[in-house]
Amino acid sequence: MYVASVRPARSSTVDPSAGDGRVRRQLPGTVFALGTVSLLTDISAEMITAFMPVYLLFGLQMSYLAFGVLDGIYTGATALLRLAGGYVADRSRRHKAVAVAGYGLSAVTKLVFPMVGASAAGIGGVLAADRAGKGLRTAPRDAMISLATPADQLGTAFGVHRTMDTIGALLGPLATFAILAWLTMSPEPVFVISFCFALLGLIVLVFFVRQPTPATTPAERVGVRAWASLWRDRRLRGTVIAAAVLGLASMSDAFVFVVLQRVSGVSHWWLPLLPLGTALVFLAAATPVGMLADRLDRVGEPSVDGLRDRDGHLTRRRIRLVLDRTRLVRQRRQGPSRREDRDHGVHQPGRGRWKVFFAGHVALLGAYLLLLGPFGGLPLVLATLALHGLFYAATDGVLMAHGATLVPARLRASGLSIVQTGQAVARLGSSILFGLMLQYVGFGTAMAVAIAGLVVALAAVVWLVRT
Amino acid sequence: MIRHRVAVGVIAIVAVVLFGIGYVVWTMSDRDAAAAPGTASGHAFSFVDFADGRTRVDRLGPDGARSVGSLRCQRFYSAGGTSVCLRLSGVGPSYSADVLDAGGTVVRSVPLPGVPSRVRVSASGKIVSWTVFVTGDSYLAPGGFSTRTGYLDLRTGTLVESLEDFSSIVDGRPERRVDFNYWGMTVSSDDRTFYATLGSGQQNWLVRGDLATRSVTTIRPGVECPSLSPDGTRIAFKQRGGRLGAWQLNVLDLRSGNVITLPGTGGVDDQAAWLDDRTLAYAKVPQASAPAIYTSPADGSGEPRLVIGSAASPSPG
Repeated sequence: MYVASVRPARSSTVDPSAGDGRVRRQLPGTVFALGTVSLLTDISAEMITAFMPVYLLFGLQMSYLAFGVLDGIYTGATALLRLAGGYVADRSRRHKAVAVAGYGLSAVTKLVFPMVGASAAGIGGVLAADRAGKGLRTAPRDAMISLATPADQLGTAFGVHRTMDTIGALLGPLATFAILAWLTMSPEPVFVISFCFALLGLIVLVFFVRQPTPATTPAERVGVRAWASLWRDRRLRGTVIAAAVLGLASMSDAFVFVVLQRVSGVSHWWLPLLPLGTALVFLAAATPVGMLADRLDRVGEPSVDGLRDRDGHLTRRRIRLVLDRTRLVRQRRQGPSRREDRDHGVHQPGRGRWKVFFAGHVALLGAYLLLLGPFGGLPLVLATLALHGLFYAATDGVLMAHGATLVPARLRASGLSIVQTGQAVARLGSSILFGLMLQYVGFGTAMAVAIAGLVVALAAVVWLVRT
Repeated sequence: MIRHRVAVGVIAIVAVVLFGIGYVVWTMSDRDAAAAPGTASGHAFSFVDFADGRTRVDRLGPDGARSVGSLRCQRFYSAGGTSVCLRLSGVGPSYSADVLDAGGTVVRSVPLPGVPSRVRVSASGKIVSWTVFVTGDSYLAPGGFSTRTGYLDLRTGTLVESLEDFSSIVDGRPERRVDFNYWGMTVSSDDRTFYATLGSGQQNWLVRGDLATRSVTTIRPGVECPSLSPDGTRIAFKQRGGRLGAWQLNVLDLRSGNVITLPGTGGVDDQAAWLDDRTLAYAKVPQASAPAIYTSPADGSGEPRLVIGSAASPSPG
């Protein structure tokens, strides 16, 4: 078990220039290849997201009302597909094939849009198929990133992936604008060019990403029982519940932006630009924060490098020494040693990434407090968006990095899909609850509830993770 | 074998990129389709031509002859010598409401917080109002929407970005909810009284408002996108048949409270425009096709007539 944790980091190189013998490493190519896939796919997806309102209103003379209700239902249903995608990927041990199916499905939908025309059910169905593709591919893709990356670099790897992903998300609307402004307002070119980007992403995935080799995914058959056993893992269950509790206490982004525009007093036309601010901070911070999470994960662990012999090798005896010391440190920190701690390998995942994930929600709490309006204008906008972007940088990829260390390689996609689904369903629930609440109370009350909710959730999570 | 794989991948990428470039070039060169004339309707009006993604403001004569314009807008309306053009203005994509005088010069440009939906100019040409859809900003994310309805008073230059800040009386009680959305504003000939739709949760109402006191009062439920007749006695509006049913066009007599449903208007999604006191023009999408402009008699006495295809945003001015 925990193969990824004990596997030696093949891509490590000792940097002779670093006097303290620290190891400088390069991330595996798979991370960059999958990052490129996500970048291209996000250009494609965000082109459509930016275009959809224009398409509905001008191309089809439809308002959003027509399928808004259906959309919520589809979102819930595709959460289940995420679980299925993870399970099938693990069971077949073909993460790449499942990811290809997901990316392929989403790519095809881009060409189906013009065919369904102005039918609300048709457009809802195509959007649902697109979502289904996204649900299907996310867990296998994140599993591939984690299986290709040494355990102590997971935060960095997911950070780099999310940075590339967000670059794509920012380029998509630009591409749509360029087409609408300089080419034509007719819908076909947007769909066709979006399809081209999706196809490029698919090609990169098929030809430049390699399915993690059997050496890293042991041949034990994954069945329903193994899947169910994930739920019995105390640490994974704790993580899923904690992430869901925090998800339930975080408001939808839309609400943050609406309140920010009001409280800061900036003009209404700023509203479409506010998400860009969050995305830019997320993009810039995801990789450094991921690296920080990795570093914090190593703090408190005795340095392996200090125990190398003169040739720079770690002998069996020295490794045992490290392990003994690790256990001692842990016992001092946590009291009596736990059985599962002894079963782990050389890289014992610490709490560093979890702390960063937690800190991200503290940044979110900071953003909420700013939304009470201690000051106004542009400074408030910038400060709030900085905290909001940091929240994403510290939570999105970092949670996957943390989750990956809790799940054995053969169940990696299933485990990650459970963590993702818990969080996604909780966030959907939270936005529905907020929507209902806002019919009856004012912004001030809603903010007070949000802040109180997040404080309670943070406290609950501290308690949950400790016990 | 790996080298082989990489080579195939590179070739595939090059092929897709070349296809994309070729497609763009082909699209750019293939845009000058002839502008077809419309059907004689007895009314002259302006509209936005959506054929081939042109978004050009053309004008149709009473005999159906088309005169081609040069302005590009997504939504257009003109009255009392003032025209307003809602159009793409920047990345995002973002939009602006550009106000033009009778000579076609832009006198004011207002950045908009979302995608243009409705636009109106009061009969005097003094009050310009619009509704935009703000996406990604729904309280019930995902897939929801919210709207912002604003207006510009050209007499004073006052810009109100959203009616949400007006005081409101809902079903006889002063009330203001966070999820209030306004859409489809229509201003009467006194340039003070206006009508609009107010939505909250699953409900919506017709509201009567006062620009001077900045207040609105709900007067009737279930009414969307009101449009006041030139004589100020009736309101054309769309209403859903059932919770998720298709919209139909109706005309409300403000004095008697009587409502007439216009036959054959199922599936309409527009703020209708009065071409005169007897005729309404509106955009509707025929089955699986591009939107087109239809006219209907306002007394419900006849079926819709297709006047011009691939067009929307009819404006009598």
